[in-house]
Amino acid sequence: MDISTERQGTTLFANVGDRIDGTEARNFQETLTNVIDDEVKALILDLEKLTYISSAGLRVILLTARVLQRQGGKLAICSLSDPIREVFEISGFDKIIPVHSTREEAASAIGA
Amino acid sequence: MSTDRPYKILVVDDEPDLEPLILQRMRRDIRRKQYTFVFARNGIEALQKLSVDESIDLVLSDINMPQMDGLTLLSQIPNVSTDVRSVIISAYGDMKNIRTAMNRGAFDFVTKPIDFDDLRVTIERTLSHLLEWRDALESRNKLTVLQNELDIASNMQQSLLPSHFPEGDAFQVYGKMEPARNVGGDFFDILNREQGRLGVVVADVSDKGVPAALFMMSSRTLIRAMSIGSATPGEVLASVNELLLEDNDSTMFVTLFYAVYDPENGTFTYANGGHNPPLLVHPDGSSEELPLTGGIALGLVPDFEYEEHSLRLMPGDALILYTDGVTEAMNEDQEEFGVPRLVEVFSASPPIDAEDTTGRVFESVHDFAGDADQSDDITCMVLHRRK
Repeated sequence: MDISTERQGTTLFANVGDRIDGTEARNFQETLTNVIDDEVKALILDLEKLTYISSAGLRVILLTARVLQRQGGKLAICSLSDPIREVFEISGFDKIIPVHSTREEAASAIGA
Repeated sequence: MSTDRPYKILVVDDEPDLEPLILQRMRRDIRRKQYTFVFARNGIEALQKLSVDESIDLVLSDINMPQMDGLTLLSQIPNVSTDVRSVIISAYGDMKNIRTAMNRGAFDFVTKPIDFDDLRVTIERTLSHLLEWRDALESRNKLTVLQNELDIASNMQQSLLPSHFPEGDAFQVYGKMEPARNVGGDFFDILNREQGRLGVVVADVSDKGVPAALFMMSSRTLIRAMSIGSATPGEVLASVNELLLEDNDSTMFVTLFYAVYDPENGTFTYANGGHNPPLLVHPDGSSEELPLTGGIALGLVPDFEYEEHSLRLMPGDALILYTDGVTEAMNEDQEEFGVPRLVEVFSASPPIDAEDTTGRVFESVHDFAGDADQSDDITCMVLHRRK
């Protein structure tokens, strides 16, 4: 999984790669699990490069949101391309995971 | 080394002195029930013993013997037993025979005069190799059994899908699912409801494999149970959602589209739990996606109310309900089939009936995908209102 992360205090920014299909979803989950420690209070997934996400990929985002929630943290996503925005709208995930247009907007919205 | 029984070692040598020597020098191992020994005087006798006694684990054989020598014996052993390992006894420095023996499948060798400490180590090493091999064989057999079970699960799952498709003077319905792996997460269903109405379901469970298949089965059962009676599609989704949430620790979810069709007047009332919208194709080849109703996939958010929408199918209209396996099918250039290609299939030659339309969807997807791997289940169901 092509994913790079950047840490600012208790906030984590992650630049997600271009595809999260069934196989990539496992790597995606592993990568996120590895970078999230107890201190992380906000995770912003930048999906600018993402062109495809499967339902298994959506599930990983959901699981990650729950992990953060348990330690009093939050997850937000930003910079969605049109096809990805559509996936979030159709599945109703935009009602569960806050969607923002930019990193800055996402960061200020979840109090990072 | 585990010793639930003594290992049986067949010693093959024409020298009569070897038998008492081995029994004497290995007496402690025999008394501790580590090993038992049986003896043969040449290769032929050894093969006879091997063919009647399956409990022999190891053959310890001399090379030079009358009637059948040790090297010939080695090449014959696989014909009578594959579950045995051989160690050869050779003259010191006889590299030529040792090499031949190893090439013919001997696991190891000891040299004369026999050093019994060395023999003991060699026997132990050979037996532990044999045990590993037996373990591997057992795992392989277990894997075969598991594979068979998965095949059965896959067949069961396919058999849960409708194989009889109701039709009437005014309508026809048809559907098909092609799983990507042995057991998948897609399903569709057709339910006879009161007053000649028809319930239709298309759904896609997150992820693949056995957990997805189990989740699929409970979703299918729940929707069947909850859709009996007068509950509207929105109410049905809401109650299935609650039930799926009850013991879902694994954050599995299912996108599910459920509708009730009334063939009398063509009314189609639906609620959508996060599923991709069906495509409505008109007799002139034009088409449109059904409006989204803002529903979330089932199994995620409690107390969610699912909105309903209604429309009327006109004579000649076909409604294509499908899973994203259709539109996200990839070709070898990593391009997606997409909704525009689905629209195109019917723009030039509109649907004739439900079965033909379903067939054309699969055909177009297969043509497009070419030799690319199928990564997701593909499901398509068509409801056609006859002209």
